[in-house]
Amino acid sequence: MTELVPVLSATWADEKSWSLDTYTAAGGYAPLKKALGMAPGDLIQAVKDSGLRGRGGAGFPTGMKWGFLPPDDGGPRYLVVNADESEPGTCKDIPTMMSAPHALVEGVIITSFAIGCNHAFIYLRGEVVHVYRRLLQAVREAYEAGHLGKNIHGSGFDLDVTVHAGAGAYICGEETALLDSLEGRRGQPRLKPPFPAVAGLYARPTVVNNVESVASVPSIVDKGVEWFTAMGTERSKGMGLFSLSGHVTRPGQYEAPLGITLRELLELAGGIREGHELKFWTPGGSSTPIFTQDHLDTPLDYESVGAAGSMLGTRALQLFDDTTCVVRAVTRWTEFYKHESCGKCTPCREGTYWLTQILKRIEKGQGTQADIQQLLDTCDSIAGRSFCALGDGATSSIISSVKLFREEYEAHVEQGGCPFDHAASALFEYADAPEEAHA
Amino acid sequence: MTYDESTLTQLAEDAAAIVGRYPVKRSALLPMLHLVQSVDGYVSPDGIQFCADQLDLTAAEVSAVATFYTQYKRRPNGEYQVGVCTNTLCAVMGGDRIWDELSEHVGVGHDETTEDGQITLERLECNAACDYAPVMMVNWEFFDNQTPESAKQIVDDLRAGKDVAPTRGPGKVACFKDVSRVLAGFEDGRADEDQGAGAPTLAGLKAAKEQGWKGASK
Repeated sequence: MTELVPVLSATWADEKSWSLDTYTAAGGYAPLKKALGMAPGDLIQAVKDSGLRGRGGAGFPTGMKWGFLPPDDGGPRYLVVNADESEPGTCKDIPTMMSAPHALVEGVIITSFAIGCNHAFIYLRGEVVHVYRRLLQAVREAYEAGHLGKNIHGSGFDLDVTVHAGAGAYICGEETALLDSLEGRRGQPRLKPPFPAVAGLYARPTVVNNVESVASVPSIVDKGVEWFTAMGTERSKGMGLFSLSGHVTRPGQYEAPLGITLRELLELAGGIREGHELKFWTPGGSSTPIFTQDHLDTPLDYESVGAAGSMLGTRALQLFDDTTCVVRAVTRWTEFYKHESCGKCTPCREGTYWLTQILKRIEKGQGTQADIQQLLDTCDSIAGRSFCALGDGATSSIISSVKLFREEYEAHVEQGGCPFDHAASALFEYADAPEEAHA
Repeated sequence: MTYDESTLTQLAEDAAAIVGRYPVKRSALLPMLHLVQSVDGYVSPDGIQFCADQLDLTAAEVSAVATFYTQYKRRPNGEYQVGVCTNTLCAVMGGDRIWDELSEHVGVGHDETTEDGQITLERLECNAACDYAPVMMVNWEFFDNQTPESAKQIVDDLRAGKDVAPTRGPGKVACFKDVSRVLAGFEDGRADEDQGAGAPTLAGLKAAKEQGWKGASK
């Protein structure tokens, strides 16, 4: 049995867990003092050696990202924290920042010191106002305690942190769209290269890191590289938050070494809701190809999930039981991508529109068998053909669900409607025949 | 512009504070649009001109940004923005049914406001609270584990002028304008208010304690 390892989540149940006092009493900001006594290059090397990989979905090695910054030219360089958590199913950074915002703030200070940044930004999605309150307060407390500002703890290092609220746009979770948004523009992805390390915020060298990645840094500094690399699998080191949601007895945040399996997690979470079986699930959010019961024992690390045909993504495990119509689920995700496509690239903008039209008519029982192939052909015209991965993500659940549940698509066509009772999927009881949601 | 002098003075003071947070002025635009909503209840033509004047942009440039983001409202918004998540997971867990019943109960559809100006309904995309599905947001505070009955009760209480507390967040939901001011980056002194972290947030921590696992702190 793989053991859970609460690190980031260790203090979440403490009294006023979000306060500086609670965080400090639990050992917080001691890693900062240790880090300020180290050479920045040694800090970068330590994070490289730890094997920490980006926790925002792509899994790019964090230390390597830091190492890509060009040599200091005397001008500013920036750290931007991606706190725009919006990938459907993903709900780990919000509780992290709500319950322990200082873990992020301390991570920001150490990271900034390592990369030579004097002004860092936290870009938080705008739709979580209490999280914003907690972050604003945490940053203010950090200034008051001398953890931020000029000559931090006599080190000669200066740092300002700005916490910035977005305004509702999934695409701003894409790092270059986020940078455009932070510059006060429409959040549309940039063509790469140049990558942000070379020309990021205000065209200056910039590191963009996910909340969980940055918040993991103090623990690595504190407990050491060997402690971190002892967790996880060969190329997926350390711990991560696994977010279980949907038809599970005890949904929530389970912090575990990478490589834990869904079977193990389900055992701790009380299993799929009583009287039902797991039908399909996403390993890492709606942009990752879906899995079934056949993948209960797939180690949830980057390599194993990839080898099984999906992606670890954000470890957002959305679980759906045997009452759930896969066509309904995929149609709704596709509507999401259509809504959130920024409109810059034609394949994504037009493709998600047409995918939605086709899926809606299949779901309503008005589709044809040829529509199923048309879906796959349209996916071919989208994937890999746009600036960013939003369009690619839109195709993931479609392609994987047609592969795994083609007969369910066909049943909608043959029966002229959805064979499932939507009321049976709900977590509360309701009597009347379910009405179709209207836009 | 039609702002009176004291409003304009306060706006200019706040705008200067926002601009002061960034090395490049234009970065102040998103928070400044939230600020405009805190005064006008939506992104008004006056507000657009105000942002343009403050940041040396054209009104067209400001409008182009404002219309990209769903939190910026083009028409006067209700006192309470009520969003029901109808993205896949919440929809399947019951969000679709909540939306149907709530929309019928309130008598308005997506992005519409009740005649009394109290409630603006919205079909939300994922709001990062999937472990609490089905989820509703009121002025961007969390209302977790909803049912059609609980959702209708919340809206009825809001319209009756009662104090309504989210399931995670402060002791009471603030009005749309007050929340917009926080989103512009101005603290309202309510960060320490708390309704508890919520069982799903603590689920893994609890399971680890029950098992006696101390792996991380060994």
